[in-house]
Amino acid sequence: MRRVYLDNNATTPVLPEILAAMQPFFGEHFGNASSIHHHGQETRAAVEHARESVAALLGCKASEIVFTSGGTEGDNLAIFGVAAAGEHVITSTIEHHAVLNSSKHLQSLGCEVTYVPVDGRGLINPDDVRRSLRPNTRLITVMMANNETGVLQPVEEIGKVAAEADVYFHTDAVQAAGKVAIDVQRIGCDLLSISGHKMHAPQGAGALYVRKGTGLRPMLHGGSHERSRRAGTENVPGIVGLGKAAEMARGAFARDDLDRMSALRDRLEQTVLREVESAAVNGQGAPRVPNTSSIRFDCIEGEALVIALDLKGLAVSTGAACSSGAIEPSHVLTAMGLNPHQARGSIRFSLGKQNSTEDIESALRLIPQTVARLRELSPVYNKAALSS
Amino acid sequence: MTKMTIAVAMSGGVDSSTVAAMLRAEGHEVVGLTMQLWNQRRLAGHEGIPEAVQGRCCSLDDVYDARRVAETIGIPYYVVNHEERFERDVVRPFVEQYLSGRTPIPCSLCNNHLKFDQLLVVAQQIGADALATGHYARVEFDPGSGRWLLKRPVDRSKDQTYFLFGLAQDQLSRTLFPLGGMLKPEVRELARQHGLALAQKPDSQEICFVPGGDYKKFLDAYLSEQGESLPDTAGELVTTDGRVVGEHDGIHNFTVGQRKGLGLATGSPLYVIQIKGDARQVVVGQQEELYTRELRAQRINLISVPHLCEPMQVTVKIRHRHEGAKAVIEKSGNDEILVSFDEPQRAVTPGQAAVFYDADVVVGGGWIV
Repeated sequence: MRRVYLDNNATTPVLPEILAAMQPFFGEHFGNASSIHHHGQETRAAVEHARESVAALLGCKASEIVFTSGGTEGDNLAIFGVAAAGEHVITSTIEHHAVLNSSKHLQSLGCEVTYVPVDGRGLINPDDVRRSLRPNTRLITVMMANNETGVLQPVEEIGKVAAEADVYFHTDAVQAAGKVAIDVQRIGCDLLSISGHKMHAPQGAGALYVRKGTGLRPMLHGGSHERSRRAGTENVPGIVGLGKAAEMARGAFARDDLDRMSALRDRLEQTVLREVESAAVNGQGAPRVPNTSSIRFDCIEGEALVIALDLKGLAVSTGAACSSGAIEPSHVLTAMGLNPHQARGSIRFSLGKQNSTEDIESALRLIPQTVARLRELSPVYNKAALSS
Repeated sequence: MTKMTIAVAMSGGVDSSTVAAMLRAEGHEVVGLTMQLWNQRRLAGHEGIPEAVQGRCCSLDDVYDARRVAETIGIPYYVVNHEERFERDVVRPFVEQYLSGRTPIPCSLCNNHLKFDQLLVVAQQIGADALATGHYARVEFDPGSGRWLLKRPVDRSKDQTYFLFGLAQDQLSRTLFPLGGMLKPEVRELARQHGLALAQKPDSQEICFVPGGDYKKFLDAYLSEQGESLPDTAGELVTTDGRVVGEHDGIHNFTVGQRKGLGLATGSPLYVIQIKGDARQVVVGQQEELYTRELRAQRINLISVPHLCEPMQVTVKIRHRHEGAKAVIEKSGNDEILVSFDEPQRAVTPGQAAVFYDADVVVGGGWIV
């Protein structure tokens, strides 16, 4: 069975060039980057080189990059590193759980949190953010690209709101990195988190941009690693992989890659919409990253569709998975105004750099017939009712 | 048997795990499915349920066990979420039945509305020809009558046909009970042979979503979570001739046949004979008053016969652990059957099922009113 992987927003395969760059740091160059000797110096150099690559990707100074274990840690460090009891935080209803559940925890610690809504396209209105400001607002945390719909938020506008009010602005850019240009100066953010494994680097490596002068309290206490902002021996191979991924995400080569990905995504989306009735794109009309397409199929249980497609070799996903692996209606799609049935009937297709034209054609051979089979057996699907 | 694609309902227990392993060994394409039906953490901290209590149903441990089995035998495995339907079709009716003075059986509702409805649909949707479960029962097609039959299993001590009487013909036609011909020790041995780590895992006994089997605590906690308070169903304890002999604190605390906990000091032991939900009365009386010759069952499902045209001699079980009693059944109204026992039966309980057997064959059943 040919297996096609279109769930790159969950994780991506490590690209061969990235794996090759990491390889020496498992054996040949194994030193602790904090060690004084030759071995330590070798890996220190590699870590600092990777830091420069990540800084170049984000448009900041190398000293403003803190390496983390991934997106969740970056989000937590940003949020708990600046907000404290008695302060006010503004976020949105469509954040990743790393931000959403951190915000809920902030509330239990005595913070006030405002959750700004989104419109039907999944977009936050910067004016809503402005209107939510209070004298004690400490932090605005709004994601750059949504993981389920790919919708790009107006982070530059929100950055202006934050700057005018002189409050910290964090953006979770985990799903944006490697897919659109990121410039922390243009965005005007003080904190920005990225994750390696969403951009073809390995799982377990990420970075947080921390603007110089930001008063950030560390969460992990120990050695003085990462300028005392994140204690713990550096994950050198992971950091090297992240650096290489950052390098590959810049320049003309990356632009060609993104154009190709965007063309494949559009081909997938348009063909599905043409061949399957009662289907629609979530986030239609909003700017989106080039790799993501969230499509809702009326009268379909998304989880049955995901299973049926997986059994035929196509890996896609519905909303966020809960701890037991079962699927609950997506908070992102319900926040956009979808009813629970529509939310549960939505499937996320997300492409990576490894996906080929043949992958997309292969997916397109499976999707319409599988949806048709599910609808045929669905107790609620009534063709007449839909077409009338 | 020809090679089929079979979905197996996997609970994480020995029985369903063994079914998956058996079918895989026979060369079928097997897909493991676990239904997430109830979040055990939901009621934690609500009235009567301490934070730490974890029931068995849909616990992460069971999903973990099922996933490990799937991995051991090399089959794809998925968890499907049916919490909403479970609450609507099983938990809510369970609560309402207790509050109206009946003693419900959620397992039958779950079989009818979840396992052999929702899950069967998912199984078909993902391309399975049939759904197999670890129930102890047998399904057979009878060419003579053209009907699918539900029959008692070889291991009588594990017989689960009482909970399966609601299955319709199209459900039975797509269902496999591979353990119907086996004894439980054989199943455990087979699990061991297939290298399943859970071969010695104890059987589950209680109602899956009620931690520790304490349904009164469950009612309190569920209603408190729903923002509802337990309705006041306190009232009188009366004798069969209508004499008020005391008071009780709510009809949901009683079950027909119950002796203890009546709070009455009398010469001879008293039993709950009847619960009058509308009048909030609990009728008590002597042991012999618990016996009745007749019962009426409604919401009938017939399996071995399409209709009940004339009276039929059968054996009737009025609760899961009842050994069965000879009786005649006859149609007594629209969707109602009158059961007349040869010998009077003790503690006929509204809310339980009356299931009719002709030797090993399940004729059908209904709900006792």
